[in-house]
Amino acid sequence: MLFQLTRRLLILLASLAVASVLVFGFMAVLPGDPAQVALGVNATPELLARTRHEFGLDRPLVVRYLDWIGGLLTGDFGRSYVTGERIGPSLVDRYGVTLWLVGAGMLVAVLIAVPAGVLAAVRHRRISGAVISGLSQLGVAVPGFLAGIVLVQVFAVSLGLVPSGGWTPPVVDPVEFLLGLILPALSLGLVQGAVLTRYVRSAVLDVLREDYIRTARAKGLTPFRALLRHGLRNAAVPVVTVLGLQLTTLLVGAVVVERVFVIPGLGSLLLDAVGNRDLLVVQDVVMVLVLTVLLVNFLVDVLYAVLNPRLRQVG
Amino acid sequence: MSRSEPRSPVLTVTGLTVSTVDTELVRDVSLRVDRGERVGLIGESGSGKSLTASAVLGLLPEGVRATGSVRLAGVDHDLLGASERALAALRGRRMTLVFQEPMTALNPAMRVVDQVAEVMLVHRTRPDRRSARAAAVELLDRVRLPDPADTARAYPHQLSGGQRQRVVLAIALANDPDLLICDEPTTALDVTVQARMLELIRAATARSTGLLFITHDLAVVASLCDRVLVMYGGRLVESGPVHQVFTAPRHPYTRGLLAASDLTATDERGRLRTIPGSVPGAGQFPAGCVFRTRCDRADQACGQLPDWRGTPEHGHACWHPTHPGGGAP
Repeated sequence: MLFQLTRRLLILLASLAVASVLVFGFMAVLPGDPAQVALGVNATPELLARTRHEFGLDRPLVVRYLDWIGGLLTGDFGRSYVTGERIGPSLVDRYGVTLWLVGAGMLVAVLIAVPAGVLAAVRHRRISGAVISGLSQLGVAVPGFLAGIVLVQVFAVSLGLVPSGGWTPPVVDPVEFLLGLILPALSLGLVQGAVLTRYVRSAVLDVLREDYIRTARAKGLTPFRALLRHGLRNAAVPVVTVLGLQLTTLLVGAVVVERVFVIPGLGSLLLDAVGNRDLLVVQDVVMVLVLTVLLVNFLVDVLYAVLNPRLRQVG
Repeated sequence: MSRSEPRSPVLTVTGLTVSTVDTELVRDVSLRVDRGERVGLIGESGSGKSLTASAVLGLLPEGVRATGSVRLAGVDHDLLGASERALAALRGRRMTLVFQEPMTALNPAMRVVDQVAEVMLVHRTRPDRRSARAAAVELLDRVRLPDPADTARAYPHQLSGGQRQRVVLAIALANDPDLLICDEPTTALDVTVQARMLELIRAATARSTGLLFITHDLAVVASLCDRVLVMYGGRLVESGPVHQVFTAPRHPYTRGLLAASDLTATDERGRLRTIPGSVPGAGQFPAGCVFRTRCDRADQACGQLPDWRGTPEHGHACWHPTHPGGGAP
């Protein structure tokens, strides 16, 4: 177990190193000089040279890379080429917002998918099971931003139940915060929930055919309790894998949903930075996203071992 | 056989028919298991043995239905048609099952001790988790698992097939059931492990538990059981005390099975004897006597379904039974 964990951790670190080189490399070869962008087309060559020196762009690539990585490791994300402000504080702020959003979206997805998927599996020979399967199939086909627009139209504009957009930090007003989170979380989570429902259904169907479920029934457990006590944990293994993959989709989805709902998260920071050619911000945000995805995959691997004792031994 | 206690039935099955929408898989099976009695149910694959057991426990696969009557001693309602809740209260408590595949019968994600303790907690035969766990370790000792305390903490994948099957047996014996059904419990085990398993089952059923032992292994039945039921094509074709059925079979199918399992007898070409032909698929059995397409004694009369002759405990269903004295006429 410890050996496995160490191995996974090393893989995580190696992936991060490779990812950082790639992210840095892409930004470096991207046409467009950040100094030129910052100063505009009328800048004199002298001013340009001085700004390039200020930004550190005149140094060799290797030095610039090491400088950037060294900064990240010590928590220094550098200064924006455009505003000159430190990137770190706003990045951390917005990361928190996005985590709330993604977490809430995932919660919605799980809350939909687990009951719906289990029900669809248990009743797969009945009409109700087929209806759930059909609905989830339909849900898979709906893009997140469209769900968002429809939700805003119905619940915010027509019914006026919840705000149509904006962001209230939880420390400022918890109620307003939750109300504001509902629609974005739904538009993120509904589609993922539909996708996840299908995986939960097939995982539970597989588990229901297992001999140990029959053993559990022979012990005197009702079908429902047999599934609850013996089935769900075993069915969770494939579902957790999919959840890990879905988190990536949710992060990407958050970029769009933050736009629709005017939420100051990592996604809107990224889009703004791309628009302003604020390349260092883009670089930092992408790196944070990469770190998040890799960390989640690492956690999924750890969860495997927790869920499945057979995996704790083998190298 | 030697036990002289008054006989009282634990399980009484009458006219059991198991069918899907369009096919009858088990037809009109009646059988009885008494307290402390060990009854073998034999037949080739596809003869309906396992379905009969599943029907008794109410664990038939989806889309398969049973009619007839299944009564358990001390239960005042018929088990067929009983609610899931009523059946769940009996399973694991009054009637238990050990089935064929020890490798997959246990939950891979749960420690052995908790899987054994669960059956006592579900039926509240132990007051709390701690005492149930302690009882579970004792049970593991009773089924002769080495280092029961260590084994209890293990996950199923850390045990061998024989050890897992003993865990399954421990679960089945935990609540001192009235009826133990074993569905080919030794088929997946190697011979020495098999012998020890049979010894445990014999010991467990020595007192008041009735045993229904399903197998296709005649030697196992001969060494373990008091009485034997022979199934073919979803029907009972012969029943009786093991000694009498095995030394003087009346039904040609029983005779064929015995000849096929005699490893010292060979046919005129020097090969081991077999029953000619093969078991038809479900629903493909002939009308009348189900065995007539493979029987060397079949004639016109066999187009009609033969009546059961003798008592339910000792009898056969054949128009042309072999003579009690043995062999072919």
